[in-house]
Amino acid sequence: MNAARHVAIRPTAAARGEGRARTRPAARPVASRHVAALALAALAASGLVACADAVPSSGASSGTASSSGASSGTASPSGTTPAVAGRLVVLAAASLEPVLTELGDELEAAHPGLQIDFSFAASSALAEQVVAGAPADLLLTASAATMTTAAEHVTDQSVFAGNTLVIVTPPDNPGKVATLKDLENGDLRLALCAEEVPCGAAAAQVIEQAGLTVTPDTYAENVTAALTLALTGEVDAALVYTTDAKDAGEAVRTIEVPEAASVVNDYLVATVAEAPNPAAAAAFRALLDSERGRAALTDAGFRVP
Amino acid sequence: MLALAFLVAPFVALVASAPWGEMTALLDDGPAAEALWLSLRTASLSAVLCVVLGVPLAWLLAHDALPLPGLVRALVTMPMVLPPVVGGVALLALLGRRGLLGEHLDAWFGVQLPFTTAAVVVAQTFVALPFLVISVDAALRAVDPRLAQVAASLGGSRWYVFRRVTLPVVAPGVAAGAVLAFARALGEFGATITFAGNFPGVTRTMPVAIYLALERDRATAVALSLVLVAVSLVVLVALRSRWLGGLAGLAARGVEMAGAR
Repeated sequence: MNAARHVAIRPTAAARGEGRARTRPAARPVASRHVAALALAALAASGLVACADAVPSSGASSGTASSSGASSGTASPSGTTPAVAGRLVVLAAASLEPVLTELGDELEAAHPGLQIDFSFAASSALAEQVVAGAPADLLLTASAATMTTAAEHVTDQSVFAGNTLVIVTPPDNPGKVATLKDLENGDLRLALCAEEVPCGAAAAQVIEQAGLTVTPDTYAENVTAALTLALTGEVDAALVYTTDAKDAGEAVRTIEVPEAASVVNDYLVATVAEAPNPAAAAAFRALLDSERGRAALTDAGFRVP
Repeated sequence: MLALAFLVAPFVALVASAPWGEMTALLDDGPAAEALWLSLRTASLSAVLCVVLGVPLAWLLAHDALPLPGLVRALVTMPMVLPPVVGGVALLALLGRRGLLGEHLDAWFGVQLPFTTAAVVVAQTFVALPFLVISVDAALRAVDPRLAQVAASLGGSRWYVFRRVTLPVVAPGVAAGAVLAFARALGEFGATITFAGNFPGVTRTMPVAIYLALERDRATAVALSLVLVAVSLVVLVALRSRWLGGLAGLAARGVEMAGAR
């Protein structure tokens, strides 16, 4: 299977050429650097940090080293069109992990000398990282709203996929759920996502458009938590994304919701304004829009425009 | 001093980043008050439960009345070191609808704990109980057993000795443990959202409300956080300085009196 690689912000010897060298799996290094900087700022504000200048400078130097390493990859001359090579850094919503690692492997195979580093996390966190100046090339978010956060720091936004809601129940469907209307039943144990997160906003919209009155037993903090409640049988039903239901496979029963077809959660891709490797970024976006890319997205349960 | 600055600086930053101008507008909607009220009720109930359940255990531990005390202490501290979310998952595994015990509770009594206010109290008690047991255990160990013996040898009845010697000496420890447990229960998030869920007025406590607000609107989250910080501070300071101070003074007098006799 495809192993997910993560972005390492520290400079790697394999910034170009050697490609396959595995970078250290530091989870969300950009965020931690951001947090460290915030913490330092807070301490500095209280006037108690003696060693303040040592730490940020090392952080900054590692950041520049990595981006300059990547851009030296793009600068490698090869005729008139810029070569697709070097290091490509992709920040993407967690729900895209399976399909993007698959497509990324194919692009690397087609372009020797190209190394793609993914960082999968919550869209909102990734957008914040781009705002904070993370040396990334592409940003893929699971909603238009999160892309708005980074709007001033990216170019060429476009919708490349959509996700809709389905009902999932435990495999034995103890609540005998068949339609969206069945969720009105007060005896049914039901989990919806909290309206503060995208899947909850979508669920509320679907229910409202259908003219139903649905009172859940709990508002899950994210879509995975809602899925888990159905998976473990703590609830009789939950509304989750098609892709999550597909990912869970036989562990849940999936019930299509015709009413949900019109409420599509858009997935957006954009190129970071100061992308160190625009040529590779363009190649990745072309693959995403190609027949092959659309087929991979469809297989994962996404809708493609 | 550095440690103090480290502990306090983040709160200073939080206060500095607060949207003071729109504070009342942000908090004026019912949900915030609802979450705070639910938090205060459940945390108080959890603290009482902790005292009822925890003091006997601490007494047994302090008097070496249990076999394998080292192991028992390790087991008692487990909820303290585990991420609370793990506690929530464990509680679901035991008391969830398809849990080890929950299955039978449901089948025999029709009792389903998850997604109820009772589940919030269970989750809070689970994570707060160790704090009470440990502090009461330590307080009991610090009591000189000769105090009671002396009092008894001077002719005090058992009830008199308990009331005038043992209780005053132990009470501050129990009170401190109860305050700690209350504070821990008030801040409990991971086990609550995992085991009890999140529904306004039923299971959405302040920490859960803050977490969700952070997903949409940072200003509201900060405003809610400040309310929780303020309430915690007031409770901790008030109880520590007034009540505990009073009890500690009482205890000191009790010791003096016992010693003087």
